[in-house]
Amino acid sequence: MDLGLLAPEISLAATAVAVILLDLFVERKGALAIVSVIGLMVSAAFTIAMFGDPAQVSFNGTLAVDSFALFFKLLFLGIAALVILASVDYVSKFERFQGEYHALILLSALGMLLMATATELITIYVSLELASISLYILAGFLKDPKSTESSIKYLLLGATASAVLLYGMALVFGSTGTTQLGEITQQVQALGAQGVADNPALVLGIILLIAGFGFKIAAVPFQMWVPDVYEGAPTPIVAYLSVGSKAAGFAVILRVFSSAFGLPDWLSLDWGMVFAVLAAIGMTVGNVSALPQTNIKRMFGYSSIAQAGYLMVGLAAMGVASAGETIGQSTILFFLLSYSLANLGAFIAIIAITNKIDSDLIEDFSGLFKRSPLLTLGLTLCLISLIGMPPAAGFMAKFYIFGGAAQNGLLWLVIIAVLNSVVSAFYYLRVVKVMWLGEPASVEKVPSSGALRVALTITCLGVLFVGILPGFAMKAAELAAKMFGI
Amino acid sequence: MSVGLEHYLVLSAVLFAIGLYGALAKRNTIAILLCIEIMLNAVNIAMVAFSRYVAPQLLTGHVFVIFIMAVAAAEAAVGVAIIMAIYRSKGTVDPTEIDSMKR
Repeated sequence: MDLGLLAPEISLAATAVAVILLDLFVERKGALAIVSVIGLMVSAAFTIAMFGDPAQVSFNGTLAVDSFALFFKLLFLGIAALVILASVDYVSKFERFQGEYHALILLSALGMLLMATATELITIYVSLELASISLYILAGFLKDPKSTESSIKYLLLGATASAVLLYGMALVFGSTGTTQLGEITQQVQALGAQGVADNPALVLGIILLIAGFGFKIAAVPFQMWVPDVYEGAPTPIVAYLSVGSKAAGFAVILRVFSSAFGLPDWLSLDWGMVFAVLAAIGMTVGNVSALPQTNIKRMFGYSSIAQAGYLMVGLAAMGVASAGETIGQSTILFFLLSYSLANLGAFIAIIAITNKIDSDLIEDFSGLFKRSPLLTLGLTLCLISLIGMPPAAGFMAKFYIFGGAAQNGLLWLVIIAVLNSVVSAFYYLRVVKVMWLGEPASVEKVPSSGALRVALTITCLGVLFVGILPGFAMKAAELAAKMFGI
Repeated sequence: MSVGLEHYLVLSAVLFAIGLYGALAKRNTIAILLCIEIMLNAVNIAMVAFSRYVAPQLLTGHVFVIFIMAVAAAEAAVGVAIIMAIYRSKGTVDPTEIDSMKR
């Protein structure tokens, strides 16, 4: 056991506590955001320092520090830092509880970090709940009717989903006698394909695990909460959970399914097909429901269901790929990176705009180009990336993930996915059209703080960098996918 | 008749199903929260039974149950707090009336 391996998590937890305590003494609450971002950067520095070390499984097999975990940790830390920067304006309107707001974002990030690194069912469960419960509170932070309503819906459905997940874990534990993914892998291998087929408890357990994790990533048929939560929750928190919670869910799914249950041939083919069908339904449901939306946050809710569908194309490819191949994993990591950048960027622009115009309706975005050209340009770039058009990152991400699926014989799924991307262009481009060609309701400029502009610049440059020079990010993703400690 | 693993698992499955039905069908948010607790306790029974019959030399299942209880308590605390906020703003805890956002 080496406590040094936990340095990113420990420093993050210390920062969260420090922020709460600081809130009691500090008059200028802006300092809290600065402390939080510094804490995240310290944690990121610890994470970067661990890159290149050989993968280690520590703490009696509960945590793995490998480049897969480090990739996700950096992603979560970056997401949390950008969200805190983007919420500086938003939070300054709160009279109370600014310290709690920042601390909860940090604690949720801590839960996500642990999810990426956990290799044992108890640890996975506890870290997942740490990430989720913080988000339930944050979703209801405004205390207005819509915000509390989104919070209660998120909590009730989330708690039901985690009960289902736990039942799955109980069945897996009962069938294998252990909660460690490494030992579960050995047990499943020892059972062999026929042994697993003859063990309905294990099969049911795996299905319930898919259901429980499916809730976190907003996969069909566990997506009911998404539109309402996205519409009601505070906008920075929507940005946070649309990328952070989804990426954390995928981190756990990748680890559980490419190690513990990925090995017997027929079984992996089976869950590959489960993910393929869910992906096809998810994309279609998300994109078609997004078309008639008039509220931009709600539209992004449906769009995130569709994006989860695209990501699950990668899971399907991973499920049907032959053993030892990591094309599914690496393309998912790359897609998550580009999706996080683009979705965060879009939401950062939306935070600034809705703060000024005080409305989430797409029609009120009319003529924004004349009021704030830079915000409009940033939002347009991010929307183009979400459609998947060059030169933005989304194009390369879709190209890789669909290419990987096509190579593994999932051509039908790729055709559905491409058709879906065409449908999605309608609603994304509608926002762009309203902003560039519509008549402005007033000539007032849209103000934005320096922190928000920095965050938007980082995401937009990231989208362009990953889109034009994808080699570096792809290499990182491939390395992370190959270096499973377990 | 001796009581074996199957009996505990059947009890756990029945309890889980009752909880799931209640969580989906109840017209009171607090009752839904209670039903979720029933589901979690069903899981606890299964965990302890598996721990006793499948891996009696280890305490993993028992430890898992303690963690589940602690996390469930945190979840219930947050849930009741949010229900209080809902009641203050809407004057009701009936989930069918908590529908200000269009579907």
